[in-house]
Amino acid sequence: MRLPLLQRNGRQPSRRGGGPWPHVLLAWPTLALTVLFLVPLGIVTALGFFRRIPAGFFEVGFVLDNYARALDAFHLERLWVSVTLALAATLITLLLAVPFTFLLTRRPRRSQVPYLVLVLASLSLSEVIVGFAWSLLLSRTSGISNLLVMAGLMEAPVAWSPGLWAVILAFVFVALPLAILSLYPTFSRLDQELPEAAGTMGAAPLVGFVTVVLPLVRRAVAATAALVFIFVLGAYVIPQTLGRPAHWTIPVHITDQAIMKNHLPLAASLAVVLLVVSSLIAVAIVLLGSGRLARAEPAGRAP
Amino acid sequence: MCFVGPSGCGKTTLLRIVAGLETPSEGQVYLGERDLTHVPVHRRDVGMVFQSYALFPHLSVAENVAYGLRIRGVPRRQRLERAQELLDLVKLPDVGAKRVSQLSGGMRQRVAMARALALDPALFLLDEPLSALDAKLREGMQVELRRLQRRVGVTTIIVTHDQEEAMTMADLVVVMGDNRVQQVGPPLEIYRRPVNRFVAGFVGSNNFLPARVVSAGEVEVAGVRAPLARDAARVAPGSSVTVAVRPENLRLRPRAPAGAALQGSVVFVRDLGRVVETRVRVHDLELIVSGHGGYAEGDGVWVELPDADLVALES
Repeated sequence: MRLPLLQRNGRQPSRRGGGPWPHVLLAWPTLALTVLFLVPLGIVTALGFFRRIPAGFFEVGFVLDNYARALDAFHLERLWVSVTLALAATLITLLLAVPFTFLLTRRPRRSQVPYLVLVLASLSLSEVIVGFAWSLLLSRTSGISNLLVMAGLMEAPVAWSPGLWAVILAFVFVALPLAILSLYPTFSRLDQELPEAAGTMGAAPLVGFVTVVLPLVRRAVAATAALVFIFVLGAYVIPQTLGRPAHWTIPVHITDQAIMKNHLPLAASLAVVLLVVSSLIAVAIVLLGSGRLARAEPAGRAP
Repeated sequence: MCFVGPSGCGKTTLLRIVAGLETPSEGQVYLGERDLTHVPVHRRDVGMVFQSYALFPHLSVAENVAYGLRIRGVPRRQRLERAQELLDLVKLPDVGAKRVSQLSGGMRQRVAMARALALDPALFLLDEPLSALDAKLREGMQVELRRLQRRVGVTTIIVTHDQEEAMTMADLVVVMGDNRVQQVGPPLEIYRRPVNRFVAGFVGSNNFLPARVVSAGEVEVAGVRAPLARDAARVAPGSSVTVAVRPENLRLRPRAPAGAALQGSVVFVRDLGRVVETRVRVHDLELIVSGHGGYAEGDGVWVELPDADLVALES
């Protein structure tokens, strides 16, 4: 009875997704997010072309000065610092998150819960709180080094902040729970017997992990890397509070231009440049993970 | 060798201990003279077929089979040749280039076996190898697996909950239940001479009769004296025991026969085509007799007890 109907409209009758209501419900958030993304992006992009009035604010116009300045030697060097810092933090985060999530998902379900709760609890802290908390913890006057001195492990308290490693440490701290959360579903779906099977064929645990587990979770790892990279690259409180001026990233300079120097057009053009660069790198990371950039490599390569 | 038992009896755990995937809380694992207890899985020289097959979805079929050789550093050409050899062995010569997801369940099962045999393991382990296949395929694979194992000539341990599978595929059956080994022996011995009620009930169907031991080799069942199987478990005269007897070892007679027999009436007839199962009520017992039938519900009959196949069970 259904067959002629099926052939006529060429679609399978489906119990789900019937009628316009699901579309109406789905359209709202999608539309809101799209509009609220595209409109400010348009404004910011346009703002980058406006003319700055040194004494006042800015006026509508079309000048290339701001974008030219956003791409001058100083800002390009800042961009380089920002990207390398974010990549380093992303790499360290993944080196911690991937083995952690793998080992966690090998545990029985019930014993995973406390770990997950504690790890994810730190997500409730904002970047601002994390930044200032670490600046206290790493300070000379009231930081962790005082505890180490009390324990007799150090001679005198030292200031670990501001500094490069303080920035990276805080980046990893905020990004780690995010990365674990993003990796968890793929890892917990991974058949526990696959690495075991590799073991019965002579693969030591690490070899099995590299030859069996990693290829299967590669996409999830790449997606997580892109997520963490964009998240870290956008942070500005952490580099500002925990870094020296040499570690100030583009977002710190955007804030500086927009709020301190009242130069909104330059801030806007810097933001657009950062957006373009971070999007390109994120796309590259995801492509790398999907194997599309590495197709030439034979699949059965010996380790 | 086959470990057989109901689910949750510890047979898979035992197999995983043998494979080195799990550490025993006590006891040792020996392969020949070699103590394997603390040898990690990747140095144990075992090939294993997992219940889910655990084929690697990111590799082709041939690469799956050749995985162990790749880990050993065998050159690509050699290991793909060996993979082809093994795929020929399991009668899947043309699937090497395919993805695992393109294969049917039965094909995956063979690929998993080929992969486990690729390294010529000292021990071939199979965990419920046929449980994911449908009934028809399973029967064919039982025979085929047995033939393959004979051809390769490798010591094999199979874990199954299916007693028929165990009987078909093993020289030695280990019946497990309640987290311990209940009986070890060749399939026919397990079938004919179960040592306790668990084994008698788990392997095939059985009638259980309360009895009293009259003398060595003779019991009294429902007021009738009958001989025990000669090599059955020894029990002291005077004690009460449970006696097991297979449905196919009982005979129905219209009149009292010369030997030991119990009088009763037919309460249900189940015609299975090849064999007819007749249920007979004798006092407060219900016996199952399988044979040619020819009786109807309500008929009065005599159930003739066999000369040599009554087995007294350990209590």
